[in-house]
Amino acid sequence: MNYFVDERGYYGDFGGAYIPEMLYPNVEELRQKYQAVIDDEQFQQEFKALLKDYVGRPSPLYLAKRLSEKYGANIFLKREDLNHTGAHKINNTIGQILLAEKLGKKRIIAETGAGQHGVATATVCALRGLECVVYMGEVDIKRQAPNVARMKMLGAKVVPATSGSKTLKDATNEAMRDWIANPVDTHYIIGSVVGPHPYPDMVAQFQSIISFETKKQLKEQTGSELADYVLACVGGGSNAMGMFYHFIDDENVQLIAIEAAGKGVSSGFSAATTTLGKEGVLHGSRSILMQTEDGQVVEPHSVSAGLDYPGIGPQHAHLFKTGRGLYASITDDEALQAGLLLTQYEGIIPAIESAHALAYLEKMDFKGGENVVVCLSGRGDKDMETYMKYFNL
Amino acid sequence: MNRLQQLFEKQQKGLLSIYYTAGYPNLNDTLKIADTLEQSGADFLEIGFPYSDPVADGPVIQASSKEALDNGMTLPILFEQLKDLRQRVTIPILLMGYVNVVLQYGVEAFCQKCQEVGVDGCIIPDLPMYEYEEMYQAIFEKYELSNIFLVTPQTSEERIRKIDGLSNAFIYLVSSAATTGGNLSISESSAAYFKRIADMQLKNPFVIGFGISNKETFDAASQYANGAIIGSAFVKNVDANNLEGSIKDFMRQFKS
Ligand SMILES: Cc1ncc(COP(=O)(O)O)c(C=O)c1O
Repeated sequence: MNYFVDERGYYGDFGGAYIPEMLYPNVEELRQKYQAVIDDEQFQQEFKALLKDYVGRPSPLYLAKRLSEKYGANIFLKREDLNHTGAHKINNTIGQILLAEKLGKKRIIAETGAGQHGVATATVCALRGLECVVYMGEVDIKRQAPNVARMKMLGAKVVPATSGSKTLKDATNEAMRDWIANPVDTHYIIGSVVGPHPYPDMVAQFQSIISFETKKQLKEQTGSELADYVLACVGGGSNAMGMFYHFIDDENVQLIAIEAAGKGVSSGFSAATTTLGKEGVLHGSRSILMQTEDGQVVEPHSVSAGLDYPGIGPQHAHLFKTGRGLYASITDDEALQAGLLLTQYEGIIPAIESAHALAYLEKMDFKGGENVVVCLSGRGDKDMETYMKYFNL
Repeated sequence: MNRLQQLFEKQQKGLLSIYYTAGYPNLNDTLKIADTLEQSGADFLEIGFPYSDPVADGPVIQASSKEALDNGMTLPILFEQLKDLRQRVTIPILLMGYVNVVLQYGVEAFCQKCQEVGVDGCIIPDLPMYEYEEMYQAIFEKYELSNIFLVTPQTSEERIRKIDGLSNAFIYLVSSAATTGGNLSISESSAAYFKRIADMQLKNPFVIGFGISNKETFDAASQYANGAIIGSAFVKNVDANNLEGSIKDFMRQFKS
């Protein structure tokens, strides 16, 4: 079974580039050039140097001892929360900003939900001195004021998306409209493994550093580069794809992706895409998305803005449909409790997104001694207000 | 030959096409608008079926789409409304909308229904040429539905030739790099672009759209093409309280 992209830009039944003709030249330019640029030795050197000296990689693989005792398995945390800007998102923006430079682009646009990807994009634009415009739903701008301020301080222009539901999917629409109007000098840095081909593959390659390092670190710490279970949360799916990437062809490694159930999968306030969604097209690729009978995109809900997206990337849809990955979901309450648990057991306050992955440990039955890796995709600083309200801190 | 192909056979210049969103301003205005437009001189129509995330559209059509959805418009309801289409309207009709809505309805069911109610073609901006050719062309042809492709100032000559080969009614020339609803000013560069296409001697006629808003821009565009399409400017002018009157007023400028 091939779990990676084919020459047509598909993962099994999913993927492709469902874009209006106005976007075709931009996407086609990327499609033709991305792999050659990424494979170029000088690009790789620059990419690796920035990941090391600027982002602070490799991120540690930390054996969480007290958590391991509690669950009766060896729980390893891949510490993406220790990256510069506080999440895995920067692995991708570093890669794409270098690519944009190689393509001669002068202006960068991005969409953002919680603001993490927006901050990561504004950061690399400041680093390289490029103009940066970030589209963000009007509703999210109000919910995520600190990240809006960070982006502004970094020199980015934050443009409110006022159409539709005024959240992440609408910010993505606005970014695409901007790209339509600026086809020559602008590069669109998509923040997850979504969008038309080649974005899902390109973002997955930039994030694959996560599992590349993990294998080496597991080897050093356990003697084997393989784990029994690898867990990650899924919004669009970029930290999960980075965490799974180098394990995908090791079929004995169980891949577990955790979506946001929100207030419960059948509550009407959920973002559990594989449970609630159907096959269709969203933001340029064929995948699984939450939609009405009539094909209108349904507004998702999650306490974590980063998981509040009605679709998943096409490679995830393929891993789900083929059964290679297990797709589960965790409610808002379960995630917040897991966030508190990690904080009090290990002294690490996780992003609420990452806490969804941690919460799934409660649902697993361990025989004892299994090696489990959880991607700690981000830190919880941005979520303090939510934690404070929920726990009356 | 469907009505669209017949029209282009018969008339080569100055074709006026109007786009409007089905379900806007009211759920059940679809046929009444079509009827009024035909009486007021439109040569063919594009009826938009709304989608929640219309990335190729500007603010006016985004808003009319949202309102149409809020009014309860769906593709099954639209087809129900179009049952009497050919009792009331004789000019060619295209449906325009996004691919996900068609996929959920079923591509074959969609094409079959189009033929049944008398729709002649469709424009699905996010259905790529590759997927159309590989998966859907045979179905469209079986039901004599013309699929209309867009061409932009950035589309390469090679790709335009390919689009010409796959088209059997007309090619939709997007006036500039923009979403719908901008304001076209025929600059030197757009004139050069239109001429470049005209000089390619394509087998299909072509029609210019995006940013055509009034008689002046319509005439300017028509100089270079077989006709032009007006969308946002028309939708903006539709008045729910004076539907027929507002349509007729808007259309009056083109009579002369
Ligand atoms: C910390 C963190 N984890 C996960 C996500 C979800 O994105 P993805 O599914 O692409 O990893 C986000 C998105 O903002 C995030 O900030």
